[in-house]
Amino acid sequence: MSLILDVRALSKGFTMHHLGTRVDAFHDVSFVLQAGEFLLLKGRNGAGKSTLLRTLYRSYLAASGQILFHSSHGEIDLVRAADVDVTFLRRTEIGFVTQFLVARPRVSAEALVAEPLQRAGRAPAEALDEARHWLQAFGVKRDLWPAYPTTFSGGEQQKVNLARALILPQRLLLLDEPTASLDASARAALIDRLADLKSQGTAMIGVFHHPGDVAALIDREIDLTPDQIPEQTQNMAEDMERTDVVV
Amino acid sequence: MSQTQLDAPRLVRTQPLLTARNVSKSYGSVPALRNVSASVFPGEVLGIVGESGSGKSTFLRCLNLEETPDAGSYTLDLPDADGNLFDLDRYARRMLCARQIGIVYQNPHLGLLMKHSSSGNVAERLLVAGERRFAVLRDKARAALEASEFPLERMDAPPIELSGGMQQRVQLAKAIALEPALLLLDEPTTGLDVSVQALVLDTLKRLQQERRITMVIVSHDLGVIRTLADRVMVMRRGEVVEAGLADQVFQDPQHAYSQQLVHAKL
Repeated sequence: MSLILDVRALSKGFTMHHLGTRVDAFHDVSFVLQAGEFLLLKGRNGAGKSTLLRTLYRSYLAASGQILFHSSHGEIDLVRAADVDVTFLRRTEIGFVTQFLVARPRVSAEALVAEPLQRAGRAPAEALDEARHWLQAFGVKRDLWPAYPTTFSGGEQQKVNLARALILPQRLLLLDEPTASLDASARAALIDRLADLKSQGTAMIGVFHHPGDVAALIDREIDLTPDQIPEQTQNMAEDMERTDVVV
Repeated sequence: MSQTQLDAPRLVRTQPLLTARNVSKSYGSVPALRNVSASVFPGEVLGIVGESGSGKSTFLRCLNLEETPDAGSYTLDLPDADGNLFDLDRYARRMLCARQIGIVYQNPHLGLLMKHSSSGNVAERLLVAGERRFAVLRDKARAALEASEFPLERMDAPPIELSGGMQQRVQLAKAIALEPALLLLDEPTTGLDVSVQALVLDTLKRLQQERRITMVIVSHDLGVIRTLADRVMVMRRGEVVEAGLADQVFQDPQHAYSQQLVHAKL
């Protein structure tokens, strides 16, 4: 197995300037992840599970530590990587799956699902065919495929979102409660797809409300609940706002 | 001085299309831009947000070579754009802009001849770049209007007879007629009703995806920036206070002013 991720002493807090305080999310987290491994993040509500996923994806900026990602182009620290490289890796090697769809006005469900394939260079007709295959696999009704998902129910939007997020095999997949509120058949399709991607070597880190859904896939677990309840807030004097990544 | 993406650790060795470093500009004793730096890579969309008077539009006008700053440099990684573009004379600027930089203004009166035909407005851009064959002018103007989703049956109507949304499409057609490397957009949807705004945004998104046009867009509307931009730069009082990936700036803003701006969104 090859190393995909080496997380070292990673910490994240949120500075709330209007209150003059900082809230710790998680502190000094370290782990490694190999290709094809599935890591489950555990912990009570507020332990920082989703925050850790977003920090790994760079939607949140880490306060300190390193996220050494072994991409197909070499190793890079995602904490300090240039934005352009993070965008590039998100398009090609790192996926993030949530339960929420980011729909765009006047873009059909099938076009939205096909988009990651087209960005990766696949011919539009071929990408559309595969998008339809995955919409069917996740149980989206056929007459909704050419419609705009902004008007869909929450459950249908979630299925479109999963089809889009999982259509392109990635090197690293971050899963933030993707099974929440899915019906049984869509949940089964999701687990089948995750097993398929895992067997192809995709490394996964997931937060699941019901870990039993993916019990067969889990290789290791990390519990983010601290041994002692940490100091929740700090004064701005101890502020750890990142100032080194600008423009 | 501020850093650019070029100062961060890099994985992929592509060069930015646009690099601006330490651009400063004052109007009399009033500073409009203070050491503003930015880099935009090919195919990237950079969104610029900030309150009125923060210097967003001034910076965009500098990038369109309409303004000459007091200090700073601006380069485009293109074969016909050598050295610091702020050093170019008026003629060289005009030729470079005609070929490589398109702009859409908030106010169509700034970008269009309101009493000339819409197709003529688009063709004017081609004429500046040296095209003289009538049939080619007509065909290229038609193609640009079509790509901007302008109804072709109205291509000979002057912009003054068109709605605000249609006028923006004519500006967009004019801006992309020569397939520029860089497209600048200054509040392109402000003042349009919501449905027309969605149509214009969709057209811009499609153009960006199909043609991989590099864009810099200034807008007060955070929803517009969120829809279009890969990266966001937050400006205040002529300075860049924060820049980062769009989702990061919206979900985890670091600077006090960025937090205020994001939290103020309805």
